[in-house]
Amino acid sequence: MISALNTFQATRLEEVTIWFKAAEVSKFPKNGGACVKYKDKQIAVFNFTRKGEWYACQNLCPHKMEMVLSRGMVGVDGDQPKVACPLHKNTFSLKTGENLNGNLDAIATYPVRIENNFVYIGFSE
Amino acid sequence: MKTVLVIGNGMVGYKFCEKFVAQEAGKNFRLIVFGEEPRVAYDRVHLSEFFENGDAEKLTLAPRSWYAKNGIELYTNERVVDIQKETRTIITLSKKSFSYDYLVLATGSVPFVPPIKGVDKKGVFVYRTIEDLEETLSYASNIKGSRAAVLGGGLLGLEAAKAVKDMGLEPHVVEFAPRLMPRQLDDDGSAALATKMNELGISVHLNKVTQQILGNGSIQGMEFSEGDALSVEMLIISAGIRPRDELAKTCDLEVGIRGGIVVDNTMRTSDPNIFAIGEVALYNQMIYGLVAPGYEMAQVAVDQILGGETLMAKSIDMSTKLKLIGVDVASFGNPFTSEEEAHAIVFENKLQGLYKRINVSKDGKKLLGGILVGDASDYNMLLQLQQNEMPLPENPEDLILGARGGDGAAMGNVMELPDEAVICSCESVTKGAICCAVIEGGHESVKSIAKSTKATTGCGGCKPMISDLVMESLKSLGKTVKIRICEHFDYSRQELYDIVKLRNIQDYDELLDTVGQGDGCEVCKPAVAAIFASVYNETANRQETIQDSNDRYLANIQRNGTYSVVPRVAGGEITPKQLMALGRIGMKYDLYTKITGGQRIDMFGAELHELPLIWEELIKEGFESGHAYGKALRTVKSCVGSTWCRYGMDESVSFAIEIENRYKGIRSPHKMKGGVSGCIRECAEARCKDFGFIAVEGGWNVYVCGNGGANPKHAELLAEKVDKETAVKYVDRFLMFYIKTAPPLTRTAAWLEKLEGGITYLKNVVIHDSLGMGEELDAEMQQYTDTYKCEWKEAVETPEIRARYTHFVNSEEKDSNIEFVPMRGQKMPKAWT
Repeated sequence: MISALNTFQATRLEEVTIWFKAAEVSKFPKNGGACVKYKDKQIAVFNFTRKGEWYACQNLCPHKMEMVLSRGMVGVDGDQPKVACPLHKNTFSLKTGENLNGNLDAIATYPVRIENNFVYIGFSE
Repeated sequence: MKTVLVIGNGMVGYKFCEKFVAQEAGKNFRLIVFGEEPRVAYDRVHLSEFFENGDAEKLTLAPRSWYAKNGIELYTNERVVDIQKETRTIITLSKKSFSYDYLVLATGSVPFVPPIKGVDKKGVFVYRTIEDLEETLSYASNIKGSRAAVLGGGLLGLEAAKAVKDMGLEPHVVEFAPRLMPRQLDDDGSAALATKMNELGISVHLNKVTQQILGNGSIQGMEFSEGDALSVEMLIISAGIRPRDELAKTCDLEVGIRGGIVVDNTMRTSDPNIFAIGEVALYNQMIYGLVAPGYEMAQVAVDQILGGETLMAKSIDMSTKLKLIGVDVASFGNPFTSEEEAHAIVFENKLQGLYKRINVSKDGKKLLGGILVGDASDYNMLLQLQQNEMPLPENPEDLILGARGGDGAAMGNVMELPDEAVICSCESVTKGAICCAVIEGGHESVKSIAKSTKATTGCGGCKPMISDLVMESLKSLGKTVKIRICEHFDYSRQELYDIVKLRNIQDYDELLDTVGQGDGCEVCKPAVAAIFASVYNETANRQETIQDSNDRYLANIQRNGTYSVVPRVAGGEITPKQLMALGRIGMKYDLYTKITGGQRIDMFGAELHELPLIWEELIKEGFESGHAYGKALRTVKSCVGSTWCRYGMDESVSFAIEIENRYKGIRSPHKMKGGVSGCIRECAEARCKDFGFIAVEGGWNVYVCGNGGANPKHAELLAEKVDKETAVKYVDRFLMFYIKTAPPLTRTAAWLEKLEGGITYLKNVVIHDSLGMGEELDAEMQQYTDTYKCEWKEAVETPEIRARYTHFVNSEEKDSNIEFVPMRGQKMPKAWT
């Protein structure tokens, strides 16, 4: 399962080579998340309606290596958007992936684009 | 640029780095650190947690990236083998050489292994590093269920005994001295602790001199000096430490007769450019095996190198408080005064395993030290009284017995402490510094104090005191102390409850827009969700993304991200037909099943998409949600009562079913449990519940505010010998009052503790209607009962809600990450690595 961690690579907007068409906007709950399958990867996508923003990150929580982040609560720490893991409430920045309340490894984040009512996630491979 | 080399990357070596880079002047130095272990510095104090969760990462003090970010060059797996004082150079095992301006030795210690015959046999281990633990663990896994001994009944030895227990072995502690923790406890204190240890399944053998280790190749037993023996299949040696001072010998630094590098009060060794700190340093002819003095030494060395004048204190405080396997043990000041120097006041309760001793000066004015076993909640305040030589109350025994009669606590107020009083001993933060941070620095929360002063970031034991200091300092500024639930709402839960109700606010976003700020977080969302549930009796299905994960999916998330399912079995009464239905459904979905503590059946291992399928079948069989996932009524436990039992005074099962059905589905600040016993034999354990009824001659006794769990508390008597209707009415009012006024995640027991006036006040509100809100409370409770609906039925029957139960939104596939392994004919999640 540890090897699963290495399959996630943070991707910046300028590195995107593939925009993966994930699902319709309506599939994602308001101010919440859902999980998208891309090749062998699980990506958590968050529809942060209150901020009018979309975020994507790995679904794997680096603490106990479980695929659960998409079921976490979104929120903010100051201005920083974050997600809290449903297992032990470790929180991660949805912008930088950094663990905000501990020393866990950062999670990989991915760019999101909305086009014609569809959610697209950006990958570099 | 001058260079500082630190040899040793343990807790004290790390603390040196942390303190060094925290100072502006530290930026003018090049800082290089050498660690012999492959890992970066980790928390050895909490090593036994590694056994619980196997997570080495969690013990790390700071990740590698922290060193890089602060410009520290870190070499792990790099042992330093030689110091050349004249040229100020060190050489490593891989023949690298580095020169220094200042050298800091933080090489720590190694476990002392006594020269016992046969100590080299297989199965004999020490307890120091994660590697030691891994080896022990792998050996232990092959001898599960057999006996293992720990040699040494000191602090670390007892920690190791807990670890042995966690490994699934039968632990035995063997101590040479006539008592446990000989440096901290007296004979009676040790006896109290030994009794507790025995209760927890740890056998204690005192006065045992081990002569040899028996066995052929691998250990099979230990033979003692009186010819007796103990057969064991594993041994962990925890018989003290020896300083790692071998480097001092390569360059002729002065060392003590029994080891340790001699340092003065600036932490300098006999060479002024070489410092020694932590367990390798011999200060006042003593080695200090505690982390707090080590941290203090690190601070002194940092300041000295950076040109400051901080000196090490003349005498080092060895006070300690710890929790050993759930048992509080503390020792402070001088715990062993003689009859000539002091009067010892002792309180002992063998039944509860309590032992408290305080040593008071002959004139009765000062506290010199003491010992606490079983309950160390007064440790912080007693330590302050002793360290600051503060005046004692008229009857010093009140300090350990509590003030009896009259008002006011014996301990006095935190604000009476002098400014120099050290509140956080791990980080040496004084009361003055904390109050100053609040009053002048504007740090108005414990979290913010922790960031600015580092107080509470060590062992955390000082948190309650710091919280009191923050509150009191704010009060002294004339600020009303606001209890806010998080940064997004400047209100307490009770205030938000009233706001939602009075302004008729309908959802979370509306509340945030009306009286909050920002975009919410995982603290306020579930707290507000519970308020909506309480005010409107709405289910968790309506605003699903503000619910805690368990409420969002109406199931309890488990280790591997699967869920467990608990149908309601009111009062624990279940028909054979219902049992068969549960059996059939459990087999169909391959669920692990277990009877819960609340007399129902828990079925584990359901994947997200299976939940609605399982519930559809359960509902067809007549089951409904058990709300095991919610801060809500869980169960009302019952004994069999007068229908069958020859002692029963009344029908406890019928009453339990009635009451469980009355309160089911009600959301509250925390989970609630009830119990009904048919007679005073109390088989339903009703007095361990948030509310309990016990049948007595002439009616029911009503108890409230008890709980089991981490801090067990017996419920208190609310009313005696009342009829059933009155009993229900009182509990209606009590629960409603609790739901309206308690802070988030506070059980009834903790709520009552903070309620001014306590149980007397509660009786006045509930029985005598002193607030004039009795009818309102009655009506609100009736409203709950009238509008109850099963939220799982709602979820299964509503397509939009049902659609939430899918792992992927763009694929029908299952989560391939989930793995199970077999166990005793059922399954369990694959263990975390």
